[in-house]
Amino acid sequence: MGLNRQTLAGLIVIACLMAVPFAAPLLGGNYVVTLATRVVILAIAASSLDLLLGRGGLVSFGHAAYFGLGGYVVGIAGFHLANDVPIFGWAGSNEALVVWPLAMLVSGFAALIIGALSLRTAGVYFIMITLAFAQMIYFVFVALKYYGGDDGLSLSARNLFAGERVTNPATFYWISLGALGLCLLVQWRLVASRFGMALRGAASSERRMAALGFSVYGYRLAAFVIAGMMAGLAGALWANLNRFVSPDMMGWVRSGQFMVMVIMGGVSSLFGPIIGAAAFLLIEIALSGRTEHWQVIFGPFVLLVALFAPRGIWGLIRAKGEP
Amino acid sequence: MTAALTLTGLTKSFGALRATDNVTLSVEANERHAIIGPNGAGKSTLIGQITGEIRPDAGRIAFFGADITGWSVPKRALAGLGRSFQITQLCADFSALDNVALAVQAQQGHSWRFLRAAQSDASLRAPAMEALARVGLAARAQTRVDALSHGERRQLELAAALAMNPRLLVLDEPMAGMGPQESERMIGILQALRGKVTMLLVEHDMDAVFALADRISVLVNGALLTTGDPAAVRSDPAVRAAYLGGEA
Amino acid sequence: MQLLIEQLLNGLQLSLTLFLLAAGLTLVFGIMGVINLAHGSLYMLGAYAGALAAARFGSFWLALPAALLAAGLIGAAMELLVVRRLYARDHLSQVLATFGLILFFNGTIAWGVGLAPLQMDTPDLLSGFVQIAPGLPYPTYRLAVMAVGGAVALGLWYVIARTKLGMLIRAGSDKREMVSALGVDIAGLFTLVFGLGALLAGLAGVMVGPIRSVQIGMGEQVLITTFVVIVVGGVGSIRGAFVGALLIGMADTLSRAFAPMLLKLWLAGALADGLGAALSSIMIYLVMAVVLVVRPRGLFPAED
Repeated sequence: MGLNRQTLAGLIVIACLMAVPFAAPLLGGNYVVTLATRVVILAIAASSLDLLLGRGGLVSFGHAAYFGLGGYVVGIAGFHLANDVPIFGWAGSNEALVVWPLAMLVSGFAALIIGALSLRTAGVYFIMITLAFAQMIYFVFVALKYYGGDDGLSLSARNLFAGERVTNPATFYWISLGALGLCLLVQWRLVASRFGMALRGAASSERRMAALGFSVYGYRLAAFVIAGMMAGLAGALWANLNRFVSPDMMGWVRSGQFMVMVIMGGVSSLFGPIIGAAAFLLIEIALSGRTEHWQVIFGPFVLLVALFAPRGIWGLIRAKGEP
Repeated sequence: MTAALTLTGLTKSFGALRATDNVTLSVEANERHAIIGPNGAGKSTLIGQITGEIRPDAGRIAFFGADITGWSVPKRALAGLGRSFQITQLCADFSALDNVALAVQAQQGHSWRFLRAAQSDASLRAPAMEALARVGLAARAQTRVDALSHGERRQLELAAALAMNPRLLVLDEPMAGMGPQESERMIGILQALRGKVTMLLVEHDMDAVFALADRISVLVNGALLTTGDPAAVRSDPAVRAAYLGGEA
Repeated sequence: MQLLIEQLLNGLQLSLTLFLLAAGLTLVFGIMGVINLAHGSLYMLGAYAGALAAARFGSFWLALPAALLAAGLIGAAMELLVVRRLYARDHLSQVLATFGLILFFNGTIAWGVGLAPLQMDTPDLLSGFVQIAPGLPYPTYRLAVMAVGGAVALGLWYVIARTKLGMLIRAGSDKREMVSALGVDIAGLFTLVFGLGALLAGLAGVMVGPIRSVQIGMGEQVLITTFVVIVVGGVGSIRGAFVGALLIGMADTLSRAFAPMLLKLWLAGALADGLGAALSSIMIYLVMAVVLVVRPRGLFPAED
């Protein structure tokens, strides 16, 4: 049979992403490249959420918190550098290879604390608690007037990448795409590993896993931290793309949007969240171009997806019975 | 020689209902011990306490001499307490082989491997295939659980429990919902395990119980009525009364 | 001392408002197993219906029934059209579907009413102050809100503990089949309970109208606080909702009033203000974290 439908669809997605910078001059130039960059960055965040929602069966409703924290690490490091005020004896930094890993560490650490508490519970408690803790972080940044509070922080320039300035949108696109590729590679290996089997098994039947001798808490917490770190990276990229961070990055609406992307694209699939992120942005652009109150249409659309297409777009590609 | 499992004064109440009432019994190593009783006798609650899903109010559980009363479910499983579920609890979106491989993986204790593919790992697959073969499911290894028949799922439950290399195998109604032919087959599989694994069996199917068990304990209203070999239990008037007299 | 009494009363008033919301949410979850994010929207819709009716008819006493009617009817329609299809679905679908509802309601208000917040006047009858202690006047309206909240809490307790409806509610989602076997119209019961929850949310919304401004987003903010209440109290338990609401309402009000002041005992003024503001805005989440560590299923977990 050769290629199955999923592999084929995956290759098409990869080919489309790779083609963007080359096709852009024909399609509208930098606007398209920037739009594609947004898709790629949101896809990183959505795919990290899918590790929890899909593979782990953990409905985390606070994923934007880690996205926002990653963004704020970039914002704050740049703020201190630009204003020449050290933070905890550190001058701040404008170097991506320093700041982005730091963003992942900070987001991962927050995920560790929040996950350790939230995973003591399950089901509807877990949903409410992840949402509540994300809201807490949101309020902390609203209250931090020093870093702009509600109004957020502007970055004077994008981070340097290995000392080089990244002004060309296509270059930044390639960097973001590289980050997405790396995240997908990690996810792909992770899901198939022993760790992945334990995580997915726990999503499928926690009772069976316990009877086999698995203490699922640890695996779930590890997945929570990994997902948080990836979301942090996405947030760092997002801050660079917009040269701006604000508490809205970590608001509950953002968390909900990530969830919509994952489900619309297809849960428990490598490429579904990318398709979901792209579909989400395209729908947003199409609707908001028509009416300022596009949510009046988008809300019922989300509702219909939840009711009638819970397997998402990838579910149409995935043949019945295929993993 | 220490018994495989010793329950001492085990008691559990739900509100006013004494689901388990001061139960003391022991399962000897290599024995096949069956627990029978009318509906509502407290068999499920007893199994729950043995496997660790339910905490007893009083009493103690010893497993090969170790007090496991306060242990969690996974800790008991890793110590060698394998079980099957009355209502199948399998990972429905996994293949039969992957379900069993999970059991092997748990025993090996190497689940913190993040990057190497588990599905091509021979140290997981070989023992898992062996367990599938033992229950006659080798040909269905790659089939997803939701495509298996009810009887096959019961067999798979058993295969997963066997793949744990359990020191004690707790089988919660392995014949539940099976047709006569499927039951026959399951009895044959369990017969073949004689002498290889200690077994505690809860079952409604009396033919199966009398064909398999070395000793039988009868549970009525949460309390232990009697324990004895099949012939003694069969002829015990109190047992007959419990089943026929309608006191349950 | 006077400030403390005043803040305690403010805390009580917030607590009772939160209870009205938490009661409905926890019942819907306890009985139907549905997590309804749009519960906050019903609160918002109640407030908007009240504010619009008050503006149109110039009377709070017409605004009140308008709000109740709107919230109750929209709630019942929501159950019949959407929530009913979610009972057998997983939490993920429920969250997504009701998230869609929030977007829809917020968008509809923005479209139909506009983005500018609405103000609602306190009814004349309740516009004065009551001297609750020497030298301590307290707004009559807030006292009235507390009285209504307290009365509803008592009424709910009576319904649940003493009536047939309450018995059915207590039977819970696990015993659905048994209740159904007794010849009870389960579908009707669910619509009724959902509508009741919506009514309470609408009541909370319209009562808050004259105290705070009525605006888009008010529902989600209060929804998340209500989640904290429910997590602290224990999902599915009315008693838990009550105790959780008290704890969270008080923690929030008192920390906002006193945290900066207390911090000034040790820290410099500006720093204490900043830190105090941050601390008080996250106080309820800290309370939740502590409860989670000690009792992961809340203070009064519903029996399972």
